[in-house]
Amino acid sequence: MAGIELKDVRKVYGGNIEAIKGVSLKIEDGEMIVLVGPSGCGKSTLLRMIAGLESISSGEIVIGDRVVNKLEPSQRDIALVFQNYALYPHMTVRQNLAYGLKNRNTPKEEIDRRITDAARALEIEQYLERKPRQLSGGQRQRVAMGRAIVRKPAAFLFDEPLSNLDAKLRVQMRVEIRRLQRSLATTSVYVTHDQMEAMTLADRLVVLNGGRIEQVGTPIELYERPVSTFVATFIGSPSMNLLKRKAVEGSGWSLSTSAGVAGSVETVGIRPEDIVIADENAPSDFRGQVTVDAVELVGAESYVHASLGDGNTIVFRVPGRTQIAIGETIQIAAAQANIHTFDQAGKRLA
Amino acid sequence: MQNVVFPNKILPYFLVAPQIVLTVIFFFWPASQALYQSAMREDPFGLRSTFVGFANFSAIFSDPSYLHSLQVTVVFSVLTAALAMGTALLLATAADLVVRGRGFYRTFMIVPYAVAPAVAGMLWLFMFNPAMGTFAYMLRRNGIMWDPLLDGNQAMLLVVVAAAWKQISYNFLFFVAGLQAIPKSLLEAAAIDGARGSRRFWTIIFPLLAPTTFFLLVVNTVYAFFDTFGIIHAVTGGGPAKATETLVYKVYNDGFVNLNLGSSAAQSVVLMVIVIGLTAFQFRFVEKKVHYG
Repeated sequence: MAGIELKDVRKVYGGNIEAIKGVSLKIEDGEMIVLVGPSGCGKSTLLRMIAGLESISSGEIVIGDRVVNKLEPSQRDIALVFQNYALYPHMTVRQNLAYGLKNRNTPKEEIDRRITDAARALEIEQYLERKPRQLSGGQRQRVAMGRAIVRKPAAFLFDEPLSNLDAKLRVQMRVEIRRLQRSLATTSVYVTHDQMEAMTLADRLVVLNGGRIEQVGTPIELYERPVSTFVATFIGSPSMNLLKRKAVEGSGWSLSTSAGVAGSVETVGIRPEDIVIADENAPSDFRGQVTVDAVELVGAESYVHASLGDGNTIVFRVPGRTQIAIGETIQIAAAQANIHTFDQAGKRLA
Repeated sequence: MQNVVFPNKILPYFLVAPQIVLTVIFFFWPASQALYQSAMREDPFGLRSTFVGFANFSAIFSDPSYLHSLQVTVVFSVLTAALAMGTALLLATAADLVVRGRGFYRTFMIVPYAVAPAVAGMLWLFMFNPAMGTFAYMLRRNGIMWDPLLDGNQAMLLVVVAAAWKQISYNFLFFVAGLQAIPKSLLEAAAIDGARGSRRFWTIIFPLLAPTTFFLLVVNTVYAFFDTFGIIHAVTGGGPAKATETLVYKVYNDGFVNLNLGSSAAQSVVLMVIVIGLTAFQFRFVEKKVHYG
């Protein structure tokens, strides 16, 4: 068991293309960290640098109490679960699990014992003598997990391990990964572009943007207090409404002064689920008049797409089926606690 | 495989016709001629031939020089295939490590394949000819009695090396392609699993190359049996004292030089049976151990 620490880690390709622009992060022992961000943000590169599959241009990576910059992947005491599983196709499941241990000269009885334990935990006991191609996607995923578990490494690294599974299986495996990680209490770094996966799995989330850390925090912190418009729109689905303040104040919507509208406020953010249809009891911190453009019924709730008088568009949630019709004009409102304000650079104010 | 139904009844036959025509003209016709000839005996002047049944076959199998030729062929084929494939694999894995000038290196490796067998044989003959060969001179200066014109083993070595050299390019190409087809993530997984160098090669890379290796094994065997005629003809002419007379060379020698057409035809039939049998054997037994991705 060990924590992982990244100290101003950078990755430069071809002399001038900076993929990772100085990342510092302390991952506690036993913690599950999820690296999340859009494609090309450097999350996979960062994970592969921890694994030792990519070199580190500058900075330091510490696993446990060892600086691992110069160590081979196999010496770093980590296990990586690949997106495409990367199971050895010519070996049986048992051989796949045993391979890493054999290479480390683990005694045979110990190997057998660990495989039995892992197979039981992952419910793949009946597939041990099969080849990977005889397994379904979900089963392969379990074998890939098993290969990591039997090694009893200091840390698990997951590189988008669920993205090749169908939606239903993905939810199931997500729960299982979380359960396993909790029971083994192994430090884990998990990379995904799926914010739902990120929110449900993480002890702490790291949002990456363009090779930099945008924000680190628990899922709920990121949801409630995003530090930037980038995080605000990345976390939550549908994403947060960002209303640009236009020159003409009060054209279609207004903020009460108590909502802290300073001159520097450039963007106002409100989540779709925090907007209500205005009645006499509705909060008055945010008020707007909108024209409905579209209504999406997604089952238990509906999302209304509408436009404000000044050209901003907004999405808000209404419970159940709604009688709201396209073209209708309605009043909406939101409470102060749910109003996020950002400056010109997209940074959070207050 | 999907069944395709053509609406036109004649078109499909037109489409396969070129292949059928080629196979009939260049395989079935000569093969049937060989079968026919193998049951005939020519008179010494080539005026008449008489039907003798299996007499040609029983004659060649009781002929010690034929059995010797069979032995020479086995030695030659095994050595050539092993040398050609082993060297090609070594070069291909090395080429995989080359970063700069990779394309140039690979292109360069293919050149020997463009050299005609007889020319390849002549090249090696010039280099190792005891009278004028540069390498022969160097060998002798270093105290090695080098004379492939007298020493059967040295002659065998020379034709094996020449034959393998020509086939290396071909094998190399396939091995390079095979290596590139191995998913990078598997090698990374192996690196994390602590497998490096030769261990990684033998436990991961080599098994994953098995389909390529198997294919090349079949191709190289057929090559060593048949296509090396030109090299042997140019370098040793089957000598010294028939030390490098392979089956295919003996077919030529008995048929076209000694004009014993019946025996030569019988030999070529036997050769055909051997290669068909060998290929069938490889598919039946060796292929079972091959994992196709």
